Amino acid sequence: MKKPEIAIVGGGPAGLSAALSAVRQGAQVMLIDRDPVLGGQLVKQTHMFFGSKKQYAAIRGIDIPQKLLAALQEEGNGKFDPRVNTTVLGCYDDGVLLLDKEDRAELIQPWKIIIATGAAEKMLPFPGNDLPGVYGAGAVQTLMNVYGIKPGTRVLMIGAGNIGLIVSYQLLQAGVEVTAIIEGAPKIGGYLVHATKVRRAGIPILTSHTIKEAYGCDSVEGAVLCNLDEKWCAVPGTEQSLAVDVICLAVGLTPQTELLWQAGCEQQYLPELGGYVPLRSEKMQTSLSHLFVAGDAACIEEAGSAMVEGKIAGLFAAADLGYAENVEALNETFSRELEELRSGPAGAKIRQGLSRLKGGAQVC
Amino acid sequence: MRIKDHPIIDFQRGKQVTFSFNGRQVTAYEGETIAAALHAAGVRVLSHSHKLKRPRGFFCAIGNCSSCLMQVNGEFNVRICITPAREGDRVEMQQGRGEIVEKT
Repeated sequence: MKKPEIAIVGGGPAGLSAALSAVRQGAQVMLIDRDPVLGGQLVKQTHMFFGSKKQYAAIRGIDIPQKLLAALQEEGNGKFDPRVNTTVLGCYDDGVLLLDKEDRAELIQPWKIIIATGAAEKMLPFPGNDLPGVYGAGAVQTLMNVYGIKPGTRVLMIGAGNIGLIVSYQLLQAGVEVTAIIEGAPKIGGYLVHATKVRRAGIPILTSHTIKEAYGCDSVEGAVLCNLDEKWCAVPGTEQSLAVDVICLAVGLTPQTELLWQAGCEQQYLPELGGYVPLRSEKMQTSLSHLFVAGDAACIEEAGSAMVEGKIAGLFAAADLGYAENVEALNETFSRELEELRSGPAGAKIRQGLSRLKGGAQVC
Repeated sequence: MRIKDHPIIDFQRGKQVTFSFNGRQVTAYEGETIAAALHAAGVRVLSHSHKLKRPRGFFCAIGNCSSCLMQVNGEFNVRICITPAREGDRVEMQQGRGEIVEKT
């Protein structure tokens, strides 16, 4: 059985950053991803990032993986072993990982594991939500930004958080009509700069609105909307029908924690962080000392914070193996970066969720 | 349904490949998934629910949700949203849950 020093599951922003951080410390890293290319969901993010320069602000998401990979090639010195088209099927309590590469199984026993598996999209319950044409926002992005295929002709966007707003704008760029963005909450959840952009383009954002049902024979032909009162109950008589062929759900994400459950990590349900999240220390170490976590698998946030969490997890996984140079100074820098990203009103929910994390793990 | 002009992305499409879907010829560009090519060809119903036979399309497009399972070259339960289309592939809408086929 192969025993890599560090195995990282997931080659998105968190996993790539963790790999770079660990390799820089001198550790040997196997980076495993089920997709044929590394980058995770960055490959479909055509918008420019916010935040600070350290997290690639003003660079489009699609251009970030190449930058991280170039650094990994340059600084990897034969210590970076990327495994694409490889799915981790099992993460056992003895630290063994079961890999599946094109129908061939392999067991490995890394000294340290970093889980950076990202998130899955949440669903919304309403009649007709299983009709073809009801797509997750990520699926819409994959179709139009990766493959250059329009998801449909007229789209109803559900959710006015950053993803709903950004994907609406991307739909316009792809030449698709967005009929409306609806949001159950009384106010827009995403950044005002994104909301202003889509409003300027003529897309109405209807707050305190929800979808009552989707209708259509073999696929979506329309949706019935209605108003919500302050208790989130449908207001009778406010129904209106919209003819659309795509209903795009941007109603949040939840951490993909299956491998962490299987390994036996302690987890806690924190809605502010997206659902069940693993308990972890400020080193991003879980309740199992060989297992670290980073990115959306740890808590639903943005790619910027996922990258910093990756750096922290990579740093401490390497430090535990004896690659302990400069750890304190680096950790201080990374922690400050995280704190900056989570400061201000946009980070309030994350700060609240983290403060409720059992064991007082990571509080900013 | 394919996007021709885009303000940010320059779509570098590979060479064309042809596969069959329920006996009908569908064109894809190399590197595209079967689901993407089918969507571009206007196919939105990819499977049916087992009990009530309700139509299903894809939802996640990244291999998570299993609503796009089809039979590809005889193999059942292939997630076509992450399976690249290849020249000569035989793709069929799957009836039922499928069975395990020994690979040769």
